[in-house]
Amino acid sequence: MPRIGAFICHCGLNITATVDVERVAARARAIPGVVHAETYKYFCSQPGQEKIAEAIRSSRLDGVVVAACSPSMHEATFREAAALAGLNPYLVQIANLREQCSWVHSHRETATVKAAALVAAMVAKVRRDQPLEPIRLSVYPRALVIGGGVAGMQAAWDIAEAGHSVLVVEREPNLGGRMAQLSETFPTLDCASCILTPRTAEVARHPRIELLTWSEVREVSGYVGNFSVKIARRPAFVDWDRCIGCMLCQEKCPAPAPIAFEHGMGMGKAIGVSFPQAVPNRPVIRREYCRRFQGRKCQVCAKVCPVGAVDFEQAESFREEKVGAIVVATGFDVMPAAQFGEYGYGEYPDVIDSLAFERLNSSSGPTGGVIRRPSDGKIPREVVFIQCAGSRDPDRGKPYCSKICCMYTAKHAFLYRQKVPDGQAYVFYMDIRAGGKGYEEFVQRTVDQAGAMYLRGRVARVYPEDGRLLVEGVDTLSGTTVEVAADLVVLATAVLPREGARDLARTLKIAVDEHGFYSEAHPKLRPVETMTRGIFLAGAAQAPRDVAETVAQASAAAAKALGLLTRGELAADPLVAQVDEARCSGCLVCRHVCPYQAIEPRDVAARKVASVNPGLCQGCGACAAICRSGAMGLHGFSGKQVLAEVEAICL
Amino acid sequence: MTAQPKLVGFACRWCSYAGADLAGTSRLEYPASVHLIRVPCSGRVDPTFVIRAFQRGADGVLVAGCHPGDCHYASGNLFARRRFALVKRFLEYLGLEPERFRLEWISAAEGRRFAEVIREMTADLERLGPNRKLREDP
Repeated sequence: MPRIGAFICHCGLNITATVDVERVAARARAIPGVVHAETYKYFCSQPGQEKIAEAIRSSRLDGVVVAACSPSMHEATFREAAALAGLNPYLVQIANLREQCSWVHSHRETATVKAAALVAAMVAKVRRDQPLEPIRLSVYPRALVIGGGVAGMQAAWDIAEAGHSVLVVEREPNLGGRMAQLSETFPTLDCASCILTPRTAEVARHPRIELLTWSEVREVSGYVGNFSVKIARRPAFVDWDRCIGCMLCQEKCPAPAPIAFEHGMGMGKAIGVSFPQAVPNRPVIRREYCRRFQGRKCQVCAKVCPVGAVDFEQAESFREEKVGAIVVATGFDVMPAAQFGEYGYGEYPDVIDSLAFERLNSSSGPTGGVIRRPSDGKIPREVVFIQCAGSRDPDRGKPYCSKICCMYTAKHAFLYRQKVPDGQAYVFYMDIRAGGKGYEEFVQRTVDQAGAMYLRGRVARVYPEDGRLLVEGVDTLSGTTVEVAADLVVLATAVLPREGARDLARTLKIAVDEHGFYSEAHPKLRPVETMTRGIFLAGAAQAPRDVAETVAQASAAAAKALGLLTRGELAADPLVAQVDEARCSGCLVCRHVCPYQAIEPRDVAARKVASVNPGLCQGCGACAAICRSGAMGLHGFSGKQVLAEVEAICL
Repeated sequence: MTAQPKLVGFACRWCSYAGADLAGTSRLEYPASVHLIRVPCSGRVDPTFVIRAFQRGADGVLVAGCHPGDCHYASGNLFARRRFALVKRFLEYLGLEPERFRLEWISAAEGRRFAEVIREMTADLERLGPNRKLREDP
């Protein structure tokens, strides 16, 4: 006969206000096998835990039911308390009397009857629990960082500095990400490449960091501490080991190519790097623009290359890497042109987005840092900035604030005035959100020193007239309509997750929110973790954020990854599937439904049975539900346990 | 007061059980008919569990999981969807009223929806009266 103890918590008045806990305890005492039942004000408190421990010892309990708040609150607390008293922690179950009973019902009688049924169900369950030991997992002491922007570089740097090796996978040919495209950064107006280039060089030189650029993560299998990652490297058509980075190829290449880095503002070449400070300083051939690949004679690059590094036959290559932790830092995109018909974006060349303005403003950009409008190269005398282009706009499906636009628009207006002293900047805005150290002061400087005209209101439309753009809007503060003739219109387009972020989420088995940003495990307490253990988030892949916040979050993600890597071993919940080999028919239907490839066939006495790898199994129970012979069990949620719960509830 | 219908709910721990907890922390009142059984995933729910509940006198059964695409285990709720589409038809074939069994997607953020589903189902079950069809005589 089992010896089960039931502990009914008052939770102050939270439970007792609706549930008659003494009656619940009396009902529990009447259940066969329950040898001890008591109530207490707060079982989660130190004296409360001591009461449970004392009962475990004095009544020699072999199962404990704590009827209290949700198991998500204190299951771990009570399991630890039981373990300290010598009871296997997996022989503790929680009946949820607070969140799912006392807080949601008001009729005392029915709530008490329900509470007693919930306790009975947990008694039935705990009777069928087995003592379990946590699974020990080894941790492979290496991290993978996906994305080589400022977030990925910071995370990689921190992990490497702490003494662990890191693999950085970047989709573009070079490190730098979005930040490398920026001219200056707010609110200090540091030149972006001046602060980014040294960091990039440090990362590239670090003896514990390995870079794989022009590469993508294709497949991820395994689990925390033991991920196996398949990485595809796109063909660069240049042998990077041979290449010396002289860029003669780029200089001599006759084929212009629009490169993503310039964001529509300038052309590169079919072979080359995206920007002069690129790290690694190695070129790629962009097949779709290369004359040789278009079937024409050319091969100029191959002819001029002093070391014979050009290789038109290069193919995609793959490699498998083992890592213990993963940091996802894939960054952001901005909303595409097609979405803004009313502003003529995509139709009129002088309507551009803010990222394009960064390129115009960048000294390494297509205009050498002189702000010229795209249509005719004239220096614009009047520039209209439109904030919240797509952001805070439920009609376009983006109800969120993109967070960085108020500040970079102020920066743009400020820099514009510095470069064009007789120019006038107009900013249409909904609200100015300048929360951050020195941010509000910077916006004020833009108004006071740069004379930017801030107009609170929406722009209705933009249309061309006499070689300029007429911007029609409303100033909601004065209640008047406003018309500005502008030479250039700059849209602060909404921040979106990077293209392909959803596919990567599927590959990594992590969740995305309704807008496609990666979901954190808890918005307050676990902001850089995902629900998948061992995978962490950094930067704008999780939500729009600026450089300072991105770097802080990247360091946080690195610290979390290090928390894993510095331990050689970690413990995992043993609530995994297990096979009753005597009953297994060897049909292996279970194998097909397992999302973790945790089930393999095994030969036992000349017949085939399923076998579960407890390290890979995450305990979802898909196999247990589909098993036709009832051979597949699941610790903590076995068929017998669930059926016993059903019976107890229906009694 | 007339006896309340008995509603057995299987809720995945990641989404729907957490959604029910949220209904609690938000103090959204709903009928005490429902008794949740916490499972790791809606894909863990064996049809036997549902049928046993009806045999033992449950008036209604709810299986609740994460929205398609949001499964913590990637595909568990998709198996549940296929499986319970069949189970539902089977139960109807046996003569059970369709309102007595529901499969619902309730996320951890949808406490309101959880309360709403329980209210709806309880109202349906009160209207239908006790399950006599599958209940075994005690």
